[in-house]
Amino acid sequence: MESIRDKVAIVGMGCTKFGERWDMGVGDLLVEAAYEAFKDAGIEPKDVQAAWLGTVFSGISGITLAPLGLQYIPISRVENMCATGSEALRAASYAVAAGVVDVALAIGVEKLKDTGVTGVKGPGLVGDNPDGTAGIAPGYSAPASFAYLASRYFSEYKMKPEDGRKLLAEIAVKNHYNGSLNPKAHFSNLITVEQAMKAPIVAYPLALFDCCGVSDGAAAAIVTRADMAKSFRPDPIYIKALSLAVGARQGAMVQDYDFVHLEENVRASRNAYADAGIKDPRKEISMAEVHDCFTVHEMIVYEDLGFAKRGRAKEDIEAGTFTLKGDLPVNTDGGLKCFGHPLGASGLRMMYEVYHQLRGKAGPRQVKNPRLGLTHNLGGNAGTGIATVFIVGNEKS
Amino acid sequence: MVGITAIGAHIPMYRLNLDEIGKMWQTRTMKGEKAVAGYDEDAITMAVAATLDCMNGSGKDINALYFATTSAPYKEKQSAATIAGATDLGRECHTADFTNSLRAGSIALKAAVAEVKCGTVKQAIVTAADCRKGAPQGRFEQLFGDGAAAVMVGSNNVIATVDDSYSIFSDFTDLWRLDDEAFVQSADGRFVDLVGYIPIMKEAISGIMKKCSLTANDFAKVVFYAHDGREHADLAKKMGFSPAQVQEPLFAQIGNTGTAAALMMLVAALEGAAPNDKILFVGYGDGADAFVLRATEAISRVRNTEGMKDRLARKMPIDYGKYLHWHNLIRVEPPTLPERSEPSLITRWRDRKAVAALYGVKCKNCGTAQFPPIGQKIRICVHCQAKDQFEDYKFSDKKGKLFSFALDQLQPTKNPPGVNGVVDFDEGGRLICELTDCDPSKVSVGMPVEMTFRKMGKGKSINYFWKGKPMAL
Repeated sequence: MESIRDKVAIVGMGCTKFGERWDMGVGDLLVEAAYEAFKDAGIEPKDVQAAWLGTVFSGISGITLAPLGLQYIPISRVENMCATGSEALRAASYAVAAGVVDVALAIGVEKLKDTGVTGVKGPGLVGDNPDGTAGIAPGYSAPASFAYLASRYFSEYKMKPEDGRKLLAEIAVKNHYNGSLNPKAHFSNLITVEQAMKAPIVAYPLALFDCCGVSDGAAAAIVTRADMAKSFRPDPIYIKALSLAVGARQGAMVQDYDFVHLEENVRASRNAYADAGIKDPRKEISMAEVHDCFTVHEMIVYEDLGFAKRGRAKEDIEAGTFTLKGDLPVNTDGGLKCFGHPLGASGLRMMYEVYHQLRGKAGPRQVKNPRLGLTHNLGGNAGTGIATVFIVGNEKS
Repeated sequence: MVGITAIGAHIPMYRLNLDEIGKMWQTRTMKGEKAVAGYDEDAITMAVAATLDCMNGSGKDINALYFATTSAPYKEKQSAATIAGATDLGRECHTADFTNSLRAGSIALKAAVAEVKCGTVKQAIVTAADCRKGAPQGRFEQLFGDGAAAVMVGSNNVIATVDDSYSIFSDFTDLWRLDDEAFVQSADGRFVDLVGYIPIMKEAISGIMKKCSLTANDFAKVVFYAHDGREHADLAKKMGFSPAQVQEPLFAQIGNTGTAAALMMLVAALEGAAPNDKILFVGYGDGADAFVLRATEAISRVRNTEGMKDRLARKMPIDYGKYLHWHNLIRVEPPTLPERSEPSLITRWRDRKAVAALYGVKCKNCGTAQFPPIGQKIRICVHCQAKDQFEDYKFSDKKGKLFSFALDQLQPTKNPPGVNGVVDFDEGGRLICELTDCDPSKVSVGMPVEMTFRKMGKGKSINYFWKGKPMAL
């Protein structure tokens, strides 16, 4: 089995402003993201040979991409819950690696604000599947499904709930700070730990600032063969590894799934590190964009991805390891928390930030001399998860 | 000898102090409080709880389940079948609903005794539950409470024999509820007492005493239905029963629980009975059923189980607003989340064992117990990947501990916040479920929980499923 390492490059990206885009439809967002990516890669729409469109609720089939007016090329819609954006990039990357496509478009979109309700539409609650089982078993909100992680983490590591909640608040404060430096982020406000702690409870132990933004947005990438990349631009980024690990609902059924780590995260990152030849991620990864749908999951991801020692994320959070100036900056663009979370777009939005960071183009958020960047995108929830990890670098080895 | 072999009851844990009603309507109230079914309870779920209490873990040789109520959730569709399913009784169990009369409980008891006597069934469960509604501001609002009782009738290990019975019917219109009415109505109080209740009860009680050659003094306990405490005391006096003989009707603690009331009193009386005690038991409604029961030596067995005192002690006060909301007496702002779609009757049927008695599976290869999410039935063991090696495994009777929890403010529920838990069963297996009958501020990791059958939602049909419930409040 061959590794994908250094076979595929990203040569152009686009991302809309995330947020409450009341005046924009799905088509508008797709055009905005795609044309930024075309321009960035220096290509015309007709140069795209195949496209993968990711969306969870905002359209079915490749026809959703019709607003781009692409002329009879292969287009598929892909979906893997909140990891959908990464899934589109994954499909495009594999097609290029296989040598059957030279220039591919990966694009993700979600229009969550058109539903007219707070939160995420679709199967409104966790446990509601579109197969008619909705309403038989209990349904609870997405925040509740991640609150389980917090309750368990606090209990497992003998933290007082208020101390634990403070730790989570630190993560929200960091992500809001980073997002405030980013004009495309959904939110631009700075928050304090005290403010986060006093915010209304959404699903105890999680409060308002522990939860990511529910946003509209789209993001896109132009993917090509690594050996062709420099013909598009002098500073492409190269895919070093990509992996996907999908659970079988272990967390919902068996007791050894511990709710203080997500095995899906561990497996996906372990495989990616092996492919990329990474031995010590904490030292070798320059910056990371991870799935902070809820602050507690960012904390657990630190441990699952080997950025912090198991059960000891607290030490690194308190030391500022993951801030912009820390050893391993995480969610430099504000993350899902502050940048927002249009489900199908998020995985590509993460890559958009890494792409800019590795090319020294992240402006006030720029980290020092980055070499390797990582994105981690989770679909589902604790125990019923889909974890994707991409590792990209600015040099071809 | 045929008689009662086991008893059980369920009192919902919520209490509405009658002063709350007085405060609301600026009216004179009776003393005490009433038991109020939780937002996720109805006559069926309460009967399931009482029946499980009565069965005490064994459904062996129970060939009939009779359910008595005037407040069946379905007008057409049998409640007893749902109760028998949830309590996991055998497929050949004879199920029947006895309804439309406050006397339905004693009518069902009479039928069960007759059937056991003639040998067509070995053991029969009679369960009664009611959730009657009194119109706001009315007398019945204060009077009615919710509750359930269950007795098992058989001929082995009898705790109280049923020696004889005597019944009369009477087409007397005292209390009634029309087909399209939500609230119980009644005739003039004095007319009801003087022309209906007192003479009918007198006739039934005199009738059985004459039939058995007994006098008022021969009974250690007399247990009888009445509409309220005053009427109850009045009849006792008129019949010459001493206060020591009369079983406390529980009206001030839980209210009048309709068809369940007399049987709940009987359960309380049997809990306090001594061997050879003669007990007079009378059900009322469209006539009366009188029974003579006699406690046996085996009566001492019932003292070791949870008694009415414990059930009454497990309680939590609610306010008048919650009471109105839970029982659909007021229209409120709908939740902001999108409405959940109706469950598919087909999926529910396919997963009927899981829905009814919380059956999951256990892998014959590795021994791992598993409860797959509803609608996601599995054939491959999630632990060892063996294919088609499962045997059915019941979770509804297993106890567990709370592995984690979440208090959900967004979840649509009539009792926010939605309390959700990851329950790890002591004998293996895990269930992510809703928790009920709990104080959210006391929910904690490690808390012992048991399972309880509840109403999840009502659309075109009613959807029942299991929830976790803290074992101690």
